[in-house]
Amino acid sequence: MQGDTAAFNLQAPATSLARMEYDLHSMLLWVTGLIFLLVSAVMLYAIVRHRKSRGHVAKPFHENTTVEIIWTVIPLLILLAIAWPATRAVLSQKSTHGAEMTIRITGYQWKWRYDYLDDNFGFVSHLATPRAATAAGAARPEHYLLEVDAPLVLPTGRKVRLLLTANDVIHSWWVPQLGVKQDAIPGFLRDAWFMVDKPGIYRGQCSELCGKDHGFMPIVVDARSPADYARWRAARLKQAAAAADDPARVWTLAALRQRGETVYSQNCLPCHQASGKGIPGNFPALDGSAVVNGDKAAHIRIVFYGSQRNPAMQAWGKQLSDTDIAAVITYERNAWSNHNGQVVQPADIHALRGGSG
Amino acid sequence: MDLAGNTAHGMVPAHKPQGLARWLYATNHKDIGSLYLWFAFCMFLVGGVLALCIRAELFSPGLQFFQPELFNQLTTLHGLIMVFGAIMPAFTGLANWMLPLMIGAPDMAFARMNNWSFWLLPPAMTLLLLSFIVPGGAAAAGWTLYAPLSVQLGMGMDLTIFAIHILGISSIMGAINIVVTIINLRAPGMRMMNMPMFAWASLITAYLIIAVMPVLAGAVTMVLTDRHFGSHFFNAAGGGDPILYQHVFWFFGHPEVYIMALPAFGIVSQVIPTFARKPLFGYSSMVYATSSIGVLSFMVWAHHMFVTGMPATAQLFFMYATMLIAVPTGVKVFNWIATMWQGSMSFETPMLFAIGFILLFTIGGLSGVTLSVAAVDVQLHGSYYVVAHFHYVLVAGALFSLFSAVYYWFPKMTGRMYVERLGQLHFWWSLLWFNVTFFPMHFLGLAGMPRRIPDYALQFTDFNRLASIGAFMFGLGQLIFLVNILYSLRHGKTAPQQPWEGANTLEWQIPTPAPYHSFNPPPQLETAENGVVLSMREGGQG
Repeated sequence: MQGDTAAFNLQAPATSLARMEYDLHSMLLWVTGLIFLLVSAVMLYAIVRHRKSRGHVAKPFHENTTVEIIWTVIPLLILLAIAWPATRAVLSQKSTHGAEMTIRITGYQWKWRYDYLDDNFGFVSHLATPRAATAAGAARPEHYLLEVDAPLVLPTGRKVRLLLTANDVIHSWWVPQLGVKQDAIPGFLRDAWFMVDKPGIYRGQCSELCGKDHGFMPIVVDARSPADYARWRAARLKQAAAAADDPARVWTLAALRQRGETVYSQNCLPCHQASGKGIPGNFPALDGSAVVNGDKAAHIRIVFYGSQRNPAMQAWGKQLSDTDIAAVITYERNAWSNHNGQVVQPADIHALRGGSG
Repeated sequence: MDLAGNTAHGMVPAHKPQGLARWLYATNHKDIGSLYLWFAFCMFLVGGVLALCIRAELFSPGLQFFQPELFNQLTTLHGLIMVFGAIMPAFTGLANWMLPLMIGAPDMAFARMNNWSFWLLPPAMTLLLLSFIVPGGAAAAGWTLYAPLSVQLGMGMDLTIFAIHILGISSIMGAINIVVTIINLRAPGMRMMNMPMFAWASLITAYLIIAVMPVLAGAVTMVLTDRHFGSHFFNAAGGGDPILYQHVFWFFGHPEVYIMALPAFGIVSQVIPTFARKPLFGYSSMVYATSSIGVLSFMVWAHHMFVTGMPATAQLFFMYATMLIAVPTGVKVFNWIATMWQGSMSFETPMLFAIGFILLFTIGGLSGVTLSVAAVDVQLHGSYYVVAHFHYVLVAGALFSLFSAVYYWFPKMTGRMYVERLGQLHFWWSLLWFNVTFFPMHFLGLAGMPRRIPDYALQFTDFNRLASIGAFMFGLGQLIFLVNILYSLRHGKTAPQQPWEGANTLEWQIPTPAPYHSFNPPPQLETAENGVVLSMREGGQG
């Protein structure tokens, strides 16, 4: 079901849930389709036969209790027949017990974070399609807007429980082939589950309007055989241990600026734009901004704690590491027309956190 | 029964204000009805232009014309303007124009309040449109204005909240007028259980409006205080719950769906019998079906929230309750078809739109049954399937019924006939392009395209392109309607008192065009079901 061919039906199911939804939908399509055909056939017959231009004379009947009871009871029976499988499907969607692993999914404006709770590591998954590809007339990659830098990697054949929440506004995690759609609600945890049948890449999108870049926060699930998954997991754990930043390390301006540019493009760019000019009226410019060119502490504070005045400016202290925050602030203070040459070290952020990390 | 030229039934020429004052200080139900209808049509064009902006952007993948933040403003304002600016005022306008004529009342019960309820609309809509040019732009959280997203937005959101408060006051006053007029001002002999279905539908709709508009006002007021006064209704960190907003909103929102559907049912129940030359089949079951739809509409709101993570028991309750609505709705469709059955039908424009309504509303109703099944809704919620579904209900439902009504009553309102050939063209054109626009959206939703996105993956290109072409053609076709109305107002053929052979409700018993003041004093009536007038005598207790 990938590629750019037009599809007429639900995507090919890859989990028992999706298959159940697919079959239920097919059944409903048949039932409602037949009802529609029947109703319109009767109406069409009347339209063709009982018209004045054919000289048809009206018969002024206007009630028939038997008929009216029949067409009240029959739909009721049809609905009862639908309700039985529909109820079973709801109950099976909601039964998350017996899960073999748990992933916490956090929706952010506008990216997803996946935490492997059993293994105590996690990462953020961003849109991988370059912004330039959205321009009118630009070349668009095969999986335009449905590709990420870090997919959610999972093993096949294991019941995965999802715990969903959000950081800012409501998002909704939807992967059609997995048969899962669940809102991620800030301040609350919701759960869902699935078990993928066979290895493959399954793509989806946020399906609850969550602000400006709602259309740009895709979901990619990379399902692998248990053996492949075990290999990926081992490598990932090793990498996580190696990549842990030492907050005491002292960085050079160039190194921080380089890292900061990546952090900026993943987190700040949607609002403040690649040019640093922001969007007038919505998101302030950083290029030439008084905060960015002024006191270092004020700049750190607004990035770390967010803005009191504009709730769209989040408290990044909760999302980014000390090194990432130091890097992005250093970048902002030394990008575009801002050249104050100041370096913010991870230790500065670490101190703000109270040194607890 | 021919009373044309009989000035004794209160059809006396009387004081008729002229110039701007006639409209500004209007208290005459016909003038206010015309104001409502013209206003609604203007807003229909404005909302339509916003829709065409959306479809232009979605013609191809990539960001062609609008940046995402503006795109979200367009979808939001398209929804708000069509619901509160076009459809609801149009139905209120029709009720204003026709209800007194159909039940034999001299005017609406509260003539000055009637003026006020119309004149609140233009400032409210001005606020909404102004919000495009304030810093931060218009509200961009969708017409549902879900918190916490709506708490984040700029001052355009505050203007929207204020506009919704004003619109709510206007709707409530209009609804009170409808209720009181129907309950108290029916002419002697117009029994409740003989009232035209349009009056019944308007009455039940008016009760729904009175019940739920304050709920909406409450929801947006909570957003307002969360935004500015430090309350935490929708902020978990302060003990609130973002989902509370959705419960309150949809407690308004689902009855609102029927506020836009029930008057349509009423119109179709007048038009079909006229052109089938047969009484409405199952009148009393129509009344009960409409009432039970009204009652059930309060018990199904959370079917808009199946993926918020409700417990299974709640999902099941709302699923069953929603499926149940299919029964009275089915009864109505069957009754209309039974009315057509063995009739002597002719197919003038009002009848065409009414038949188009039945056919397409049935599709919208059946896709609604599909959506009601919570397990399937998991795949369809928030997708283009939903967009397809509610446009089948609101465009082919509410809008088609409104066109049917305007063509049907145009002779009575203006004294002139519309151009039948243009009317027929308008219908067939709308029918074709409506389906080209909205049918492919079912496929888009099934294939996994979320709604409210400014840009999409490549596999969705074909159907989006088709839908965009359809939308532009559909929009173009509405100019046929405008041309027809403008031309016919001045140059249309003079309408007879009885332009429709099968029309036998009260409004057709008075001269055409309807005199400026009518039924003062009210007549003595002998009526049958659905407002059919058997005899009419001069009143006098005035």
